[in-house]
Amino acid sequence: MTLTAGWFMGLAAVLFALGGAGVLLRRNALVMFMSIELMLNAVNLTFVAASKALGQVEGQVATLFVIVVAAAEVTVGLAIIVAIFHRRASADVDEFAELRG
Amino acid sequence: MTDLIWLLIALPAVGAAVLVFLGRRLGEPGAGWLATVTVAASFAFAVVSGVGFVGGTVHPATVELFSWIPALGVDATLLWDPLAVTMTLVVTGVGALIHLYAIGYMHGDPRFGRFFAYLNLFIASMLTLVLAGNFAVMFVGWELVGLSSYLLISFWFERPSAAAAGKKAFIVNRIGDWGFLVALMVIFAAFGTLDFGTVFGSAPEVLSVGTATVITLLLLVGATGKSAQLPLYVWLPDAMEGPTPVSALIHAATMVTAGVYMIARTGALFELAPVSQAIVATVGVLTALFAATIAISQRDIKRVLAYSTISQIGYMIFGVGMAAYTAGMFHLVTHAFFKALLFLGAGSVIHALGGEQDMRKMGGLRTVMPVTFWTMVIAWLAISGVFPLAGFWSKDEILGAAFAKGGLYTGLWAIGLFTAFLTAFYMTRWLAMTFLGEPRWSDDVHPHESPWVMTGPLVILAFASTFAGALNTPWRLALERFLEPSFELVTQSLPPESIGVVAALAGLSLVLVVLGIVVAWRRYTTAELPAEAGRFWYVTLHGYWVDDLYGRVFVLPGKALSAWFAAVLDGTVIDGIVNGLGRTVRGFGAAMSTLQSGWVRSYAAVFGGGVLVLLVWTLVHGGVI
Repeated sequence: MTLTAGWFMGLAAVLFALGGAGVLLRRNALVMFMSIELMLNAVNLTFVAASKALGQVEGQVATLFVIVVAAAEVTVGLAIIVAIFHRRASADVDEFAELRG
Repeated sequence: MTDLIWLLIALPAVGAAVLVFLGRRLGEPGAGWLATVTVAASFAFAVVSGVGFVGGTVHPATVELFSWIPALGVDATLLWDPLAVTMTLVVTGVGALIHLYAIGYMHGDPRFGRFFAYLNLFIASMLTLVLAGNFAVMFVGWELVGLSSYLLISFWFERPSAAAAGKKAFIVNRIGDWGFLVALMVIFAAFGTLDFGTVFGSAPEVLSVGTATVITLLLLVGATGKSAQLPLYVWLPDAMEGPTPVSALIHAATMVTAGVYMIARTGALFELAPVSQAIVATVGVLTALFAATIAISQRDIKRVLAYSTISQIGYMIFGVGMAAYTAGMFHLVTHAFFKALLFLGAGSVIHALGGEQDMRKMGGLRTVMPVTFWTMVIAWLAISGVFPLAGFWSKDEILGAAFAKGGLYTGLWAIGLFTAFLTAFYMTRWLAMTFLGEPRWSDDVHPHESPWVMTGPLVILAFASTFAGALNTPWRLALERFLEPSFELVTQSLPPESIGVVAALAGLSLVLVVLGIVVAWRRYTTAELPAEAGRFWYVTLHGYWVDDLYGRVFVLPGKALSAWFAAVLDGTVIDGIVNGLGRTVRGFGAAMSTLQSGWVRSYAAVFGGGVLVLLVWTLVHGGVI
């Protein structure tokens, strides 16, 4: 059984679905955040796998961009979560519904 | 010299512009003197540049100022001919005296400078009207006169009655202006030009009798508005709400003479429409009679004079209506003198009595105000038509021309003759109630003679009222010869040829006039005023309730219509559309706002769903699935 790109794609799809489910189903802001990271890395995996399979380097470049952007996003996102936690002593996103129309 | 006649208009116009901006700074009496000087300068300039017509060294000329509406071929042109000269001299001469008088009369008014700015504007507007070389320029002057009269009548706008009178004058005048404007359109449609020379010169070839009748009747509508004739005279009595110099200006020099002048100017068109001429003459003479009967019973010192003006203008319209243009213009000139004199005298009395206008509270002023009294005696004799003062000559020239014309005009002549009797009666009543008899004013009023700036113009106008008749006596037709170049295109109606008939007619009217004076004198120089009770006095005191009639027939339905528009059309339909639009948007917003739950996870779900839909759509269209 050879390890073809298809396996990586399948794994990435499973990880992406897990992440998406986590974002939608969990109410803890930190867990949602981790789920988003999971989705991002699932996409990274497809990039790398495709890059390897096709023998092209662009996929890996894209992955590096995603990692950099994700790092920046984590910084901002965590800062927001910490700020909210300071005020509410809670990380339940369903409680933060002040913008209801 | 003729090329510069635009200066006549420019002088008072510049005066008005300067006074609008600097009137307050110039203050009292500087602003008044500036205004007076500009009008007097116009008068002097008009004398200098018009005197050549007497000797025949100057000829009528059209002066082109600039191209105004090239698309219609309308230029801004002025016409300088004897008729324009006559009007200009009256407007600026009498106008300057009224300006001078107003310096004294308006003493202490908080808007002194503004008043003189308006007066100057009024003179400039009237000069634009009389100097116009085509109908378009005339219309500009026509409208400006309406505007300035509005500003002046409602000058004391703090008083609701003054504000209402100003609006009334303006609106009633607009009805007349409508006729004038439509006449202009018909003229342009028929001739393709509005130039006086072309229109009058080619009128006999271009116009059919029908078109000429339509045009002239529309012009008559315009004249009845500006000249306060039946049925549009109602604004003039109310115009008394303005300061007295304004009344004098409106009644004597500017404004009400505009209609008479306009008919005289367009005589070449009226000549083609005998029916219109008969209608104009009838309107004039009926107005003369109608207003005279109302004047008899008025108690306000200025209202008597207001109705008297309507009546006298009626004579002028009568004159120009039957093509006795010289006679009409002659009466216009003499009337300008004695009516300005009467109004300024009335103003002097009102000034002396601290604002009292009810003649029943006057009387006995002859010793207190000798200058005013004696000048008023002259004015009274002049307007009544007593030999040899001005009114005698001009009024009898009109009546003589009517008598000579015969037919329908004989009937009109009889009415005019009877009106002369009424005129003598009500003017004698006016003089007696004001100056003669016993004093009836209350003890806390201390009448005094007016300052020289007010009595000076009175004396000058008294001289003019005495001797102006010499302008055109039956044996020396100076005015007629002077005006000849302006009336070359028309055949004038003239008084009878025979000097005997003329003398007999004059004698007849003189007898009636003396009769009127004697009757009124016996009645009103008694210690107690007569009661004036009875149906006639009651009906005429209220002016036949014409104002109420117009109020019911035109004003009330108009108000009802506006109320309906305000409530139904605006309140329901227009507001309904606007509010409905607002409600729709708000409802849509409310429906959409339920989507904004505030739950981050639901947004994420929608977002995810959207991605999924797009993905499927892309795959389907890409042919993958």
